Amino acid sequence: MDLILEGFRKAFSLVFTLDAEVLGITLLSLKVSGLATLISLVIGISVGTAVALTRFPGRPIVVSLINTGMGLPPVVVGLFVTIFLWRSGPLGFLEILYTPAAIILAQSIIATPIVTGISLAAIQHLPADLRLQILALGATRVQTVWMLVREARLPLLAAVMAGFGGVISEVGASIMVGGNIKGYSRVLTTATVMETSRGNFDMAIALGIILLLLSFMVNALLTLIQQRERPR
Amino acid sequence: MIPEGNAGILLGVEDLLVRRGGATVLDISRLQVFDGEVLSLIGPNGAGKSTLLLALSGLLKPLRGRLLFRGREIRDPFVYRRRVAMVFQEPLLFDMTVFDNVASGLRIRGLGRAEIRRAVSAYLERFGIGHLAGRSARKLSGGEAQRTSLARAFITQPEIIFLDEPFSALDSPTREGLVGDLERILCQTRTTAILSTHDQSEALRLAHRVAVIGGGRIMQVGPVDEVMNRPADGFVASFVGVETVLSGRVVRVSKGLFTASVKGGGEIEAVGAVRTGDPVLCCIRPENITISTDSKPAETSARNRFSGTIRKITPLGLFLRVHVDCGFELVSYLTSQSLEGLSLAPGKEVTASFKATAVHVIVRQSSPPA
Repeated sequence: MDLILEGFRKAFSLVFTLDAEVLGITLLSLKVSGLATLISLVIGISVGTAVALTRFPGRPIVVSLINTGMGLPPVVVGLFVTIFLWRSGPLGFLEILYTPAAIILAQSIIATPIVTGISLAAIQHLPADLRLQILALGATRVQTVWMLVREARLPLLAAVMAGFGGVISEVGASIMVGGNIKGYSRVLTTATVMETSRGNFDMAIALGIILLLLSFMVNALLTLIQQRERPR
Repeated sequence: MIPEGNAGILLGVEDLLVRRGGATVLDISRLQVFDGEVLSLIGPNGAGKSTLLLALSGLLKPLRGRLLFRGREIRDPFVYRRRVAMVFQEPLLFDMTVFDNVASGLRIRGLGRAEIRRAVSAYLERFGIGHLAGRSARKLSGGEAQRTSLARAFITQPEIIFLDEPFSALDSPTREGLVGDLERILCQTRTTAILSTHDQSEALRLAHRVAVIGGGRIMQVGPVDEVMNRPADGFVASFVGVETVLSGRVVRVSKGLFTASVKGGGEIEAVGAVRTGDPVLCCIRPENITISTDSKPAETSARNRFSGTIRKITPLGLFLRVHVDCGFELVSYLTSQSLEGLSLAPGKEVTASFKATAVHVIVRQSSPPA
């Protein structure tokens, strides 16, 4: 029991004294996962909206692929990103394996299907005649898509949260493609794994608390949005 | 209003065909919409009214057919859609304020801020929702939401406005108020409107002409009173009901009773709150019209008596429909016993009578078509 209490005591002092290493790891985590989420939003909202608004042969297969992708195991993504970025791999010339860039790539691959799936559902759940109403107001194709996306902004915000929540807490891919290099590619999750295995529980708990706090803030926001009345 | 002579056909449709899932949902060989008129599409649910409106508004590409706007074939539906507007049964408002909703059509057109503000204030007032400008569209009642939707459509000053059952989701008092306002605004702006409805009374109040739609086809099109009085076939008759509808103008008013002179030269007495000069539609149900062969004024309470000739007798199962030509046409229901007792036949001179209280009066803002 002492072990745990002592761990928490030290952990809080690490968090509240803004320990340089802890701060560095946290900022890198936010940067990497934030960028990965941003990339997944650009691709995911575009693809999700496009699939939601068009009808083409094989569409049901595409939709089920997207839905399957929402549960992509991070270790599998990590495995394939590693293979592709391996010195002799197809993208080996980029020489980004074991860099933050590799983590961003892997996390984008994990988050994109999540964002795509939620965007697809969000746009599809808008009233069927809303698109016609926007066109009837004289909107161009681009204006129409923009107005529809804006109408779906609340559920799309959920896509942001889910995407970010998914990658900030992901460990498998980050450790495989990032290498957990101290001061360079070490993020909250990979650091927690390492510190725990070394028995540095105070550090591990500190990192865990920060991760929990981030996760809590994301979920609190999500809940707040979900509790808002749905637009007609 | 129907223009006299050869005045402008605003929208013309030729050989319009829409198929969905292998079935023909719309097959219109010809339809013309005149500049400034209110044309009502009436018909049961699933008749193709909404599909026709979508096709006419350039929102649905027909399998084949020609759409002519001001005499020219519509090539770019986008350009055409900026000149017309559409209001759906559901208000379909955006998740923003009432002001922003009403402004959306103008923003799409890239108008300046000041201009938009000016126009939006004017149209909010016009539709009686000025006090709601800053309210979120999610917090509106059904009537307020549909007013917002109408304001959003009218603000772009469309050359034609398409209204797809805009009142059918509203409760009856709300609908009554909104129909009245729409009537006033259509009259003020002289906007050409095509209004679909399954409610005959809306058509009677608002429309100059009526097109009855059934099974994707136009069963009959013509002035309101003509379609109501002379249904082209059983389908139209069963749908529009077989009231006698006479359009006329109030010539005298005294103590609640008024006299209207109707098309065809008769004067009808009826009860209602009207003023001299008001255009009115007088609707009389066939079961309220009595036919007699006695031409002398009898001692009855029926204030309206017209002599005429029987034009046509149609059997309707348990009873018969008798059309009497009195200069205008009156339709009455008779049992076969009465028919035999009075030995009625086409061409026979009769007297048709009905009470002033049997006349259902609809006061219109604009004059029904002459």
